[in-house]
Parts: sequence; structure tokens; C-alpha cells
Amino acid sequence: MEHGRELAVYIHLPFCVRKCLYCDFISGPYKEEVRKSYVNKLLWEIDSFFSEIQDESIEITSVFFGGGTPSILPATEIERILCKLKEHARFKNPEITIEVNPGTVASFSKYLEIGINRLSIGMQSTSDEELKILGRIHTYEQFLTTLELAKAAGFKNINADVMYAIPGQDYASFEKTLTACANLDLTHISAYSLIVEEGTPFYGMDLDLPSEEEERRMYRGVARILAQYGYKQYEISNYAVPGYECRHNIAYWTGKEYAGFGIAAASLIENRRYTNTKSMEDYLKTKDYAELKNLRTDCEILGPRERMAETVILGLRMNKGVGDGAFYDRFGQHLNEVYGEAILKHKNEGLLKVSGNGSIALTARGRDLSNYVMADFL
Amino acid sequence: MDQSKIRNFCIVAHIDHGKSTLADRIIEKTGLLTSREMQAQVLDNMDLERERGITIKSQAVRTIYKAKNGEEYIFNLIDTPGHVDFNYEVSRSLAACDGAILVVDAAQGIEAQTLANVYLALDHDLDVFPVINKIDLPSAEPERVIEEIEDVIGIEAQGCPLISAKNGIGIDDVLEAIVEKIPAPKGDPNAPLKALIFDSLYDSYRGVIVFMRIMEGTIRKGSTVLMMATKAKAEVVEVGYFGAGQFIPCDELSAGMVGYFTASIKNVRDTAVGDTVTDAYNPCTEALPGYKKVQSMVYCGVYPADGAKYPDLRDALEKLQLNDASLNYEPETSIALGFGFRCGFLGLLHLEIVQERLEREYNLDLVTTAPGVIYKVHKTDGTVIDLTNPSNLPDPSEIDFMEEPVVSAEIMLTTEYIGSIMELCQERRGRYLGMEYMEETRALLKYELPLNEIIYDFFDALKSRSRGYASFDYDLKGYEQSDLVKLDILVNHEEVDALSFIVHKDTAYERGRKMCEKLKEEIPRHLFEIPIQAAVGGKIIARETVKAYRKDVLAKCYGGDITRKKKLLEKQKEGKKRMRQVGNVEIPQDAFMSVLKLDEGK
Repeated sequence: MEHGRELAVYIHLPFCVRKCLYCDFISGPYKEEVRKSYVNKLLWEIDSFFSEIQDESIEITSVFFGGGTPSILPATEIERILCKLKEHARFKNPEITIEVNPGTVASFSKYLEIGINRLSIGMQSTSDEELKILGRIHTYEQFLTTLELAKAAGFKNINADVMYAIPGQDYASFEKTLTACANLDLTHISAYSLIVEEGTPFYGMDLDLPSEEEERRMYRGVARILAQYGYKQYEISNYAVPGYECRHNIAYWTGKEYAGFGIAAASLIENRRYTNTKSMEDYLKTKDYAELKNLRTDCEILGPRERMAETVILGLRMNKGVGDGAFYDRFGQHLNEVYGEAILKHKNEGLLKVSGNGSIALTARGRDLSNYVMADFL
Repeated sequence: MDQSKIRNFCIVAHIDHGKSTLADRIIEKTGLLTSREMQAQVLDNMDLERERGITIKSQAVRTIYKAKNGEEYIFNLIDTPGHVDFNYEVSRSLAACDGAILVVDAAQGIEAQTLANVYLALDHDLDVFPVINKIDLPSAEPERVIEEIEDVIGIEAQGCPLISAKNGIGIDDVLEAIVEKIPAPKGDPNAPLKALIFDSLYDSYRGVIVFMRIMEGTIRKGSTVLMMATKAKAEVVEVGYFGAGQFIPCDELSAGMVGYFTASIKNVRDTAVGDTVTDAYNPCTEALPGYKKVQSMVYCGVYPADGAKYPDLRDALEKLQLNDASLNYEPETSIALGFGFRCGFLGLLHLEIVQERLEREYNLDLVTTAPGVIYKVHKTDGTVIDLTNPSNLPDPSEIDFMEEPVVSAEIMLTTEYIGSIMELCQERRGRYLGMEYMEETRALLKYELPLNEIIYDFFDALKSRSRGYASFDYDLKGYEQSDLVKLDILVNHEEVDALSFIVHKDTAYERGRKMCEKLKEEIPRHLFEIPIQAAVGGKIIARETVKAYRKDVLAKCYGGDITRKKKLLEKQKEGKKRMRQVGNVEIPQDAFMSVLKLDEGK
């Protein structure tokens, strides 16, 4: 069978009950009218995108509803979006994920009905005290209830987001969260160390953050604890039961094309990367597609050199690293021909491992210092 | 043009007393430019000067003034720098003039550099007349200042123009005074050509542009000239005078006039400033006295950040030297920094300005080492070496004793700050010579200070401890024996030659400790732990440690994060470019100047 043009789709739903203290995503507690006109605008943007690209061969391999808290929207609205996508492109047995936050009502059986097959739940911690510090609206108990409901409705593929290096957190508390999480019979766990981003309320606050040593100890703890329960690390912050790695995110790390719809959503189409306007007002008031395109930011056209660099930089995030065969197929050059010096340097430093067939991957220490390694591949 | 209708003059003043502003007003009032054409401070045409608000290069401009007697006069105004670093440039400008306007701030009165500049002008036999500026300030005391000028300098000041250059008050009086008080030039236009080179400039189209004052004779397009010291000959392509911000060609320049010539001179060394230009076929018998060779006071190593740019740096220095005769340089090599130059400067400000000009005008990325002075090393075998680079210090067993340069400094200040400034001088190993009261609230403090104690941040310290009420001038007095040692810095157990410096034995420990602390802040973390040590004669006297790098990772990187992530990595990569690899440690370029910042944050 002939291969179509694969496309990953991201839908940004920037609605939440309340902003969390560490959150740097574009989102906010919008009124219902805004949410309605936003979805209508999304449908219009999807139409415009596909009518411009004019490619019958597109096959959607994954759809990701991210936020915000997409579960604030009624399932019928999500359904309208999926139907719109189906109008324009074939669905190739896609992974369809929606982010859900405990403490909001989600109609899981309806989700299954409309084709959603994966959930990503923001659990963050099992300690209510820590959840409060993070500014989350839910308790651990509420998370468990949400999870029960999802499973009861029939969801099998479920991710939980876990956060560590939370202000005031010690190793024992971290271990408790991780162990509890591993015992929940999930398929996927994303574990992030808290990053205090500029522009978030946390920024500039005097936080009792764990030391760098402590934070790295927790990081290594994540992989060790989760491995005992059958989750395997496959990316810097992602762990899965084999076979349940997130296909949507892997598309990002392997340089596949992706289309983002909605405010602040990023796309990579035909070697062009761009980000939609971050302003809800501008997004809603644009009349034609050209106007919306004009409001895009961070537009870049990736030349061969940049594509090679991205292949390595993003590929190295994954435990399996960058395969030399795939690299050669794509660029007609071997990794060692292009990056020989950098590879040798970091191999000697014990940060990179090179396999017999020339493929490269970060070592455990290399993952701690990945930016330092990646900067040499730019 | 009738010689009696020419006035060649300059303006001298202490820094910030308003010299450049007065020059602007004179140009404006003489009608060469309309008010609309006037940019602020047209003479300061280098970006750098405009930003720093000071005048670095002497510049000349010719304007036409119609006096009250109905006659037209040619004014050749030569602008001079006021900072103590640039006395040499002042001196060069003065030699091209017949008189000088002394600008004194009506509120500040006479300052250290007012005196220094007036004495320079009088040394050049110039007629000097004073102008009191800023009379519209609330704190102006013109009468007091007039008295002070007469008492301290001993020149007539009663009835001198009282002006505000900023607000255009009294400028007509200045113009009339120029006609009346500044003598017309002398010299025979028919005698053999004798002209003084007081400046020059390299232009990529015209070659060297020579700035000169014609003392005798006439220079014309097409004539062949001889530079008497360098013996270089050239055929004159163009002669002309200086419009405001432009060169205006003319047919000839004769005795008494100020202007330029070009002669397709490509070799910048052919036109030494201070040399005499004469007619190759009808030379004058004797050259002008010229200038005494300028003495560099401060030395530092200047290296291209990218070693491959060494030839570019060499060319840039050569061209800059043409424009700045006080700059000196010779090639040197450093284990840490590769090929570069040891450059000599008049002072620290001069160093900074040269560095900035090299970076801006010649687009070079530089690494400079800590500045130092010239030490005299007396060796046990009886020979003496001039040490400009600390890493060339001979083995201690070969050294009999060392001498360091000492300056006599005059600090003019208001009496309430005497205590704190004396303390500063004591801290800098100063020797008190005496104090004179100029008037009830102002005094002149005299000290001898080792030059290496004042080259770093003495000006800044003086300013901050006197709230700006102290001014400073110094002269090299000579050399004195001193107990000096070389402080070495070891990074990851390797000695970094470019970080070595000479200190007095008594301050070695303190400086070594601060240097290690400073470098600990400057050197980024590596994959391994880096000890930073200070040593004197192989003995470690201080140590700090840069801890190993534990974590440098972005936890999240999804579709929308990639652009940002790449920017971050690019920044990281750029940062690395500004590093110098020494052994297996990368040292930021700025760290080589760390010794200058040791007193920061105290």
C-alpha cells in the first residue's frame, strides 16, 4: 500500500479554571462565549489550512488536545473538531489524546465514543500540601476519583504527569509520589522537574527548592523506581510500558510534520516552523487566513544544515538516540561525517555512546548535561 | 588671503568645562553652518566621542567671521582633548596655533587640568585669554573665578567674556576677542615650504590625509613634497582646508594657514606626526623642532579573540597609530592567548578608547590582558630590562632589585574631602608631599604615587570619595626601588601567563585572594572541578574552586518548545565562542581583565 503524508495534529485549548503558579502555557479562565467563538475559529483555521495545502495524501497519525484544561470544553465541541479534521484528511488509526485535570468534570464514555483513545491526567503529586504549593485546584483524592472514572469508562492508555523538585519537597516525599504513581496501573508517566519560568508567579518568589544534587538524585530515582514497575524511560522526561510510548510526542522528536491549531500553537510544515499568535483577541478578530498567517511568530525555514542539527538535538532526547542509517537515508551523509568532532569530544567525556553501526545516544550522565552536548550539534 | 586676517587658535579647558560646546557655538555663529545643519557637538564626529561626551582626537575646522570692523577673518579652530591621558594630543594641537582660549567653569573655577593645559599653552608661547563659561548657572561666581585666574595662573582676566556656551550668551564677545587678542600668524609665503604635521588620517580611497600648519612658504597641488624625518617623497594630489565635518579642496595653502594635503600615500609610516613637510626641490634648511616622542605609561596585551584574525589586528593597529601617534605596539605571544601585541597607552582611558575603536571601527573581537606599567628590572649581571609583560619577569635568582614608575600628582579639591582623599592616597602607597590652600575652601594636595596604583580605578575612587569635587593631574616623576613580586594564577593546576601581574609584596596576598574569588565568578562550571590558585614564587597563597557541572537539561521539549530550545542552545554556543581554551578549561575573554575589577562590590 502506498504511504501517505503523515501529519501530527495539535489543538490548543487555552482554557483553565485557574492558572497554576508554575504554568507558562498560554491559557486562562475565559468566559463561555469566548470558548464557543474560539472553537468556531479553530474549525475555520483547520478548513483554511487544508484548503491552502491541497494535499489529498495527508494521513493524520495523532491528535493531541492540549491546554489549559481541554476537559473544560463539552465533549461535543471536541467532537466537532475531530469531525472537521476527518473532513480533510484520512485518519490512520491515530493516537488521540486529551489532557484532563482532576477537579474538572470529564465525560469519559463520550470521549471514547468520539474516538479519543488516550488520556493525559495532571496528577503532579500525591501530597495535597505540595499540590497546594503548586497552585493546583485538586487534591490527590480527586485525582484518584478521576482515574477510577476513566478506567471504568474503558480507557486503557492513560498517562499521568508527575512533578518533582517541588518547593519544600524532600526525597522521601518524592519517592512516595513516584511509588504511588507506579502502582496505579497506567501505561505512561511523564515526570518533570519543576522549572521556574520567567513570567510565572513562581519567578522571583523566594522558593525552598531542592539543591541541584538533590534534584539529580530524584531524577535518577524516577527511572529506577518506575523500572521496577515495568515503565521504561524512552525520553528525558518520559516513561512508558513498552508499546505505549506517546506517538504524538515521538513525531516531534523525529522531525515529522505537525500542524498546530489555535493560539500559540506551533507547526512544522514543509520545513517551515512557525507559531500562531499568542493573543486570543487577535486570533478571534482575524477575518481571513492571510491575516492570521501575518500574525505568526518565530517563523523559520529549515535548511539542510538546520534539519540535520534538529534531527540530532531532538533525537538525542530519546533513549534510543539517533540512528545513523536513518540519518544517512535522510541526508546522504553519515553522522560521523557531519559531526565527527563533536561526537568524539562527548564520547570521550562519557556523555555520548556510539554503537557499532554509528548510531549515537546520550549516556545517563549525558542526559543530565544534554544542553551542553546538544549545543555542539547546532 | 591676507595673513593679518587669519587666526589660528585652540580652546583649552578642564574636562566638562564646556570647550566643545563653545566650539560648536563659534562654528554656528560664524555662519558656516545654519542652525538646522548643526548637530550637537559637530567636532566630535566619532560615535564613540559622542557617547562618552569627551573629545579624543584633535580636530580642526575653518570658519569665516565677519568682524564688527567690517573685515572678514579666517578662523582655524583646533579642538583639543581635556583629559589628562591626552596631554600629548593637546600639545600637538597647540603647536599649530598662535593663541588659545582658556575656558573656565564659572561655578567650578580652576581645576587640576585647567592648570596643566594652561601651562602647556604657555610653554608653546601661545597668547592665552580666558573666557568664563556657564555664567547662567545658579552657582556661578564669575568674580571669584576671575580673581582666581589672576592669582593662580597670573594672566589678565578682568573684562574677559562672560558666557554661556550652552545657551549662546556672550559668544559675540568671544569672537571679537579672538580677532583682538590672538595674534595673526607670521611667515613668508614665498620662502621654501615648511609645514608641521600635527595629525593624519587614513582614508581607503585617498590614502593618508596629512593635517598640517604651514609655517613658511606655500603648498600647491602637483608639487612634490618631502617629509624631512622619514625622507618620504610624494606628489601632492589635493590640498584643502577643514570644513565642519568635511574636507574642502582649494588651490594652495600658504604660510599661516592650516589645512591638509593628500598625495596617494599608502604607507602610514611615511607621515609621522611632528615631522616637517617641505618642497622636495626647494627644501628649507632646517626642520621644525617637532614633538618629543611620547612615552607610554600603561601597557597591556591585546589579542584577537579568533587567532586567525591576527593579521587584521596588525593592520588595524597600524592604521590607528597613524591617527593616534601616542599608541605604541609590538608583537608578543602568550601560551594562553596565542599571537597578539603588547600595546602601550598614555593611560587607562586611552587604553579603553583604543580597544573600543579597534572593536568598532575595525570590527575586531579582542581579548585584552590586565594593564600594567613598565618596571625596571635590575639583574644580578648588572643589566637592566624594561618589563612591560609580567610573564617576561626573569627568574627571581637573576633579579637584584626592581624599580617602579612613580608620579607626582596634584589633586585639587574642596577642603571637606581632604581627609578621605588623603586616606585614598595612603591606601595606594602614596607619599604625602604637601598641601596648598588656593582659597579658603579649596586646596591643592600633592602626593607621590606609584603609577601602578593609579592606573586602574584611581579616577573612579577619587570621584566617588569626593562626590566629584576633586580633580587630578599627574606627571611621571621617575623610578623608585620597590619590593615587587609577580603574582601567578593557576587554573586547574596550570599557570595562565596572561593572568599574571606584578604587585607590591605587601598587597600580594589580598590581591591574590580577590583575584581567585573574581575568577571563580567568571569561569563557568565545567564537567570537572576546577581549582583556581594564586601563587607567588611557586608558593600557593590563595585558592578557590569552581564546582563541577551537575545539570544542564531542558525537561520539556515539545512542538512549541523547539524554537526556544534552539535559541537557548545557540546562546550557549555563542557564549562558548567568547571563551579561551586554556588546557582543558574554557576561560571567558573578560576574565583576563579581572584584575581591574578587584575592588568592585567592596
